[in-house]
Amino acid sequence: MLAALTLLLLCQLAGEVIAQLSGLPLPGPVIGMLLLFFGLVIRGEVPDALDQAARGLLDHLSLLFVPAGVGVVLHLARVGDEWLPLSAALVLSTLLAIVVTGRIMQRLGRPAADGPKP
Amino acid sequence: MKRGLGEIWVYLAANPLLWLTVTLAAYQAGLWLYRRLGCRPVANPVLLAIILIGALLFATGGSYDDYFAGAQFVHFLLGPATVALAIPLYRQFHRVRRAALPLALAILAGSLSAALSAMGLAWLLGASWRSVISLAPKSVTTPVAMGIAEKLGGLPSLTAVLVILTGIIGASLGPWALRLARIRDPRARGLGLGVAAHGIGTAQAFQDSEVTGAFSSLAMGLNALATAILLPLLFRWAGW
Repeated sequence: MLAALTLLLLCQLAGEVIAQLSGLPLPGPVIGMLLLFFGLVIRGEVPDALDQAARGLLDHLSLLFVPAGVGVVLHLARVGDEWLPLSAALVLSTLLAIVVTGRIMQRLGRPAADGPKP
Repeated sequence: MKRGLGEIWVYLAANPLLWLTVTLAAYQAGLWLYRRLGCRPVANPVLLAIILIGALLFATGGSYDDYFAGAQFVHFLLGPATVALAIPLYRQFHRVRRAALPLALAILAGSLSAALSAMGLAWLLGASWRSVISLAPKSVTTPVAMGIAEKLGGLPSLTAVLVILTGIIGASLGPWALRLARIRDPRARGLGLGVAAHGIGTAQAFQDSEVTGAFSSLAMGLNALATAILLPLLFRWAGW
């Protein structure tokens, strides 16, 4: 567990360093995700301890967004003034993006061995 | 010496312990309510937790800085959790590789339609230009979106809020939109949720199946990359 957590943090740290050195527009954790991914491809399996640590974090992924979300209290005035354009833009653009992405994938990406579930 | 309740509150409110505990408790209350309401995606636990904590801050006159001093420990875990998304991605990689080209096209189209439609709609409905810019990266995962907003001249902290709201909207209304558009392929469902609603959409996608979740993680990462590259280029080209 401890080793697995250290590994996750090491990947993130390496990701931050690479992001700073290369000037890539990607954040450290996303580069860290790619590093861990390539590590797993080379190793060919997911160690049990890493799997457990990851599960612990990902089971409550949405909890981790609460602190940033509470930041809405800083912008109540602006959100109050512009609630109509902001909420219309958020709702419609989000639904549009889901449907556009999903439709293109479903149309072009014909399922191979495992078909779509009914 | 015994202290009055007021004094104890003053002591605790300046201590990270209080707001860290409040964050965990509010989220669990949100989860409990979500289950009580029959797991309807509209009763999103993140949204419920934000409302609870916001109301508590308002009632006690606490500042966001005080709150964040405690909540930052939870916020910090976003980093390692993002790294951990490599594991479901690795497990589903055989499916990803088989569909590489449609996947890239779908993500690119979704990425552009999310940013452009949000900016266009807000602008048409009379939002201020700063808000329009802050909206542009709203489908991208929080840390990247804040970086993009800063680069474009938006308000990073407003962007963070818009990103979370986008995630909540995508997770709560997304399953309904997918049903309406008859999108049943789990890979397509995952890509849609991940492109439009980043990590919160991905959390919802994992409720569907591991395939949906893995494609959603991948879409979240690739959308962050595409948006971080495309938006600054678009702004430079358009002279905004």
